[in-house]
Amino acid sequence: MSLRRTPLYERHAAAGAKLVPFAGFEMPVEYEGVREEHMSVREACGVFDVSHMGEIETRGAGARELLQRVLSNDVSKIALKEETGGVLVGAQYSVICAENGGVLDDVFTYRLDAERYLTVTNAANHARDLAWFEGHLHGISDVEVIDRFEDYAMLAVQGPRARELVQAISDTPLPARMTAAVRRLGGSEVLVCGTGYTGEDGVELLCAPEEAETLWDALVRRGAAPAGLAARDTLRIEACFHLYGNDLTEERGPIEAGLGWCCREETGFIGAEAVRAVREAGPRERMVAFAIVGGGIARAGNEVVGGGVVTSGTFSPSLNVGIGLGYVPSERAQPGTHLEIDVRGKIRDALVKEKPLYRKGG
Amino acid sequence: MAAANYPDDLLYHKEHDWARIDAGAPEEATLGITWYAQDALGEVVFFQPPAVGTQVRKDEPYAEVESVKAVSDVIAPLSGEIIAVNEALEDDPQPINADPYGDGWLVRVRVADSAERDALMDADAYVASLSV
Repeated sequence: MSLRRTPLYERHAAAGAKLVPFAGFEMPVEYEGVREEHMSVREACGVFDVSHMGEIETRGAGARELLQRVLSNDVSKIALKEETGGVLVGAQYSVICAENGGVLDDVFTYRLDAERYLTVTNAANHARDLAWFEGHLHGISDVEVIDRFEDYAMLAVQGPRARELVQAISDTPLPARMTAAVRRLGGSEVLVCGTGYTGEDGVELLCAPEEAETLWDALVRRGAAPAGLAARDTLRIEACFHLYGNDLTEERGPIEAGLGWCCREETGFIGAEAVRAVREAGPRERMVAFAIVGGGIARAGNEVVGGGVVTSGTFSPSLNVGIGLGYVPSERAQPGTHLEIDVRGKIRDALVKEKPLYRKGG
Repeated sequence: MAAANYPDDLLYHKEHDWARIDAGAPEEATLGITWYAQDALGEVVFFQPPAVGTQVRKDEPYAEVESVKAVSDVIAPLSGEIIAVNEALEDDPQPINADPYGDGWLVRVRVADSAERDALMDADAYVASLSV
């Protein structure tokens, strides 16, 4: 199967990025080196090409009803406020569950207008999500599901200086955290979202694919450091954000994953009964964050002695130790619990830690 | 180190490892990974030396080096018994990147079969193998 390229492929190649296959795309894994890129985001500003992520628009009078059905959160809580020349809208995180409560994807949904919503999907799940939305339209009148994958490029600008840098090319003030609004950045019309995947302040930008290079260039010229998937992974593990396929799968539900906060069973979403049952009974296992004590790096798939498994593991450039996320029996999920992890035949000691593993100034 | 570099006085294994055999002590060899290997790995953030006394076998892994993203096996270019390890790398593995043929050496072995060296490449052959 041939790999797809994002609209920024030429920029990555010109910058000397190492390009790797990821979810069917040829994506930059690193430019200058993962540690440098990681620290740029922690200390200043990095820019990521995340155009491989998918977008699904749901619109019509029945849009909310469909989204309540397929998304775990309460979609009616996504705000919509008039502002000069447009609307300021809310952003909301959800999981998509199967009937048995297993997680099919984790997504962000932005409101575009009174009856229009945009859901950002994981690249590897986009086609399945789209089919899932379309497969659950029955009985809802006036709703349309549109694949908007080809219509958007997506850039994540993250770090303590990210807002200042984007603000410098924006016509009006940027939307606050967990809100979104259309802004003109340079000459381009961009949906600016106060969201991210790094544990830093920043924005995510959705723009037309043909505008992506101009926007990328403007950000890099102002000092945003191009950052690749490797740094995106170390940053999100430090921040304890889930990666679908690793920390979230169909085999486990949102309660086990620590995502009960984005599940509103009273909305009757698909899988709500299963999720409620686990919430009430208490999950048998829970996702924990851990740090290795005394050297070594656990990786995804390593088993926890006595039950449990590592689902994400890396070396933390901020903390300079091996860290990770994994599932352990609930009685061993308390911070401070000692774990032994079988790292390719060597037993490594680890401690369950509070989430997030890295906190600004912490 | 910034530029690719493959010293002439080393023997090379296709899995990107080197062996140095000093004329004065032909029954011993110092082992490490090549410039190419450290460049492909990126910054090495963890190396735990194997124990002295461990037997290593040609073409088989005897240690692991870890970068931020991944763990990689280090393959033995020669068989033998480990007689010394570079303990300094356990606290600071940075020399594996900065000086892979010098301070970044990994272990020293007593060579079990000196004929094995004939299967290794010289620098020119190794460099040629990289461009295939």
